[in-house]
Amino acid sequence: MTAVPVIELSDVSKIYPLASGDVVALDHLSIRIERGEFVAIMGPSGSGKSTLLNQIGGLDVPTSGILRITGKNIRKMSDEKLTDLRLNTIGYIFQRFNLIPLLSAYENVEYPYILKHRCNDTTGRVSNLLNEVGINKRLAEHKPEELSGGQQQRVAVARALVNDPAILICDEPTGNLDTKTGGQIMDMLKDLHRQERTIIIVTHDPLIGERAERIIRIRDGKVENA
Amino acid sequence: MKMDIILQLSLRSIRLHFLRSVLAALGIVIGVVAISSMGMMGANMTMSVTEELSSMANVLVVNPGGGSSSNSGGMMGPGGGSSSSDDDYIDKDQFDDIERAVGKYGIVYPLYQESDTIKIRDEKRRATIYGMRDEDMATILTVDNGTLPQTSSSVVVGPTFAENNDLTIGSRITIGDENDEEAVIQKVRVVGILEEKGMSMDLNSDNAIIMTEKAFTSLYGGEGDYTQVNVILDDIDDADTATAAIEKQLNRKEDEVTVQDSSSMMESITSTVSMMTTFVMAIAGISLLVAATSIFNVMMMSVTERVREIGILRSIGTQKGEVLRMFIYEAVILGLVGAVIGAIMSLLLGWLVVLVMIGTTEYFFTFQSLIYVPVSMAIGIAICVFSGVYPAWRAANLDPIDALRAE
Repeated sequence: MTAVPVIELSDVSKIYPLASGDVVALDHLSIRIERGEFVAIMGPSGSGKSTLLNQIGGLDVPTSGILRITGKNIRKMSDEKLTDLRLNTIGYIFQRFNLIPLLSAYENVEYPYILKHRCNDTTGRVSNLLNEVGINKRLAEHKPEELSGGQQQRVAVARALVNDPAILICDEPTGNLDTKTGGQIMDMLKDLHRQERTIIIVTHDPLIGERAERIIRIRDGKVENA
Repeated sequence: MKMDIILQLSLRSIRLHFLRSVLAALGIVIGVVAISSMGMMGANMTMSVTEELSSMANVLVVNPGGGSSSNSGGMMGPGGGSSSSDDDYIDKDQFDDIERAVGKYGIVYPLYQESDTIKIRDEKRRATIYGMRDEDMATILTVDNGTLPQTSSSVVVGPTFAENNDLTIGSRITIGDENDEEAVIQKVRVVGILEEKGMSMDLNSDNAIIMTEKAFTSLYGGEGDYTQVNVILDDIDDADTATAAIEKQLNRKEDEVTVQDSSSMMESITSTVSMMTTFVMAIAGISLLVAATSIFNVMMMSVTERVREIGILRSIGTQKGEVLRMFIYEAVILGLVGAVIGAIMSLLLGWLVVLVMIGTTEYFFTFQSLIYVPVSMAIGIAICVFSGVYPAWRAANLDPIDALRAE
């Protein structure tokens, strides 16, 4: 019996109907990503990378084809189920960090935990994760705007991991960071990969791409090589 | 147990935009104060009028002639200044019939009434003059100072009349117009000043001269031709039965008399006051509509400013319902804060309004009056929630991808 791939796209298309004519963002795409893989999705601007990431991140659903995440066809899911999928199965790391400005660093990490468990973290998981990504207790009390870009991205990594997701999706995670800090974030992702997490990273930086196990190149909504 | 995270987000958003939130809540404060103050004023006015009228609620007034309705609630009490014509009276037989019909329900007494020119210390004016039987005077009137009149040349006066005309025991009044050659002139002496009675349907004694039947008929004639007959019921519940009994006795063939039931007049007055209160409250309610617009505006601004934040919340697993709840909480908090402050201010301002407008705060701390505070609070909060529903719905239904792209 073969293992169920963590992500499986079969003949997936995403078409945006516009007044000026339909825009085909993904064109009959078929991709398979196995559990524990570290995959980089690369391609020029407008190639469909972000659209693909939105589909496999459960933020959007394909127009046609089959997209299975951990074996579940997301096209058949209600908005509520898709939201649950994002909460429990997927951890998202954004280029612009996307922390909640009203909450402290600690609360940002604890927020998805509370949504999932319906209670505050009493296990110390949030504090441990923040420690692991290099955010001390004092920094954890700060609001995102009081942290540097690198610190914010570390908090974002901790937030993405708090519900122990099966897939970690990273959208240009070093795009807003200097080379040194970007390198540190990539080291953290490599460490997470060693812990057998599935990591999918979208980047246009070849140096980042080289650190992945496999590169999927996208052009005009199609896979150049899988 | 820590506070709900969604509620925390709402509270922090309000704190972040404190001034804007305070201004929005201020609209609710004004609305709640306006509605509850007006409501309390109306309630206090109704209770004050009702209290004043209830003292005469047990009175039936029988007037001569047929009316459109025996229970018409008009203000037809004596003291007006009408002059009786020969046919416009209740005669002795009719009075006896009335007494026979309803004597068992309370006191039945006839009343003569006239409006005439009088002269006090060379000053002429008009006055209402009542004539009463001696035995009725003893039953109906309460003398505050002096005694009841015993002779044709003595009268009692009401306290208002005495005060307005600087009358004391022993003061002299000339009744009748001395310039009118046909008029009968009678000089009388004040022997008593009555206790204040207040507004009354049967006998407005406070601002009148009251003399004996003999004195009255010697001045104006018409002995046994009464202007009206009053029935003071022992039990207010007998009003309908007594009215029916009088009508059955006298109005069998034609309408000889009209019976006025004071309770219907009271209903009419309280209903008018209630109507006025509702109208004033509706005007005050406009301020809540303005507040609703302000809350709507604040909520829409909040949603617009936080589109990206909503995108983040949705992308990391926040349900639509939770986003909706977050904005509804914001509206409820604004409404609740506004309503609570409004309620406290309502008690202070309402008390002042009632004191200034009604002249007494005797009824302020009653259920009927204070109920307007929670009612206006509930209206204020409901309006906030109503105003927040669309912005909240809009926030909840934002596309996460579009929202994340927002700057």
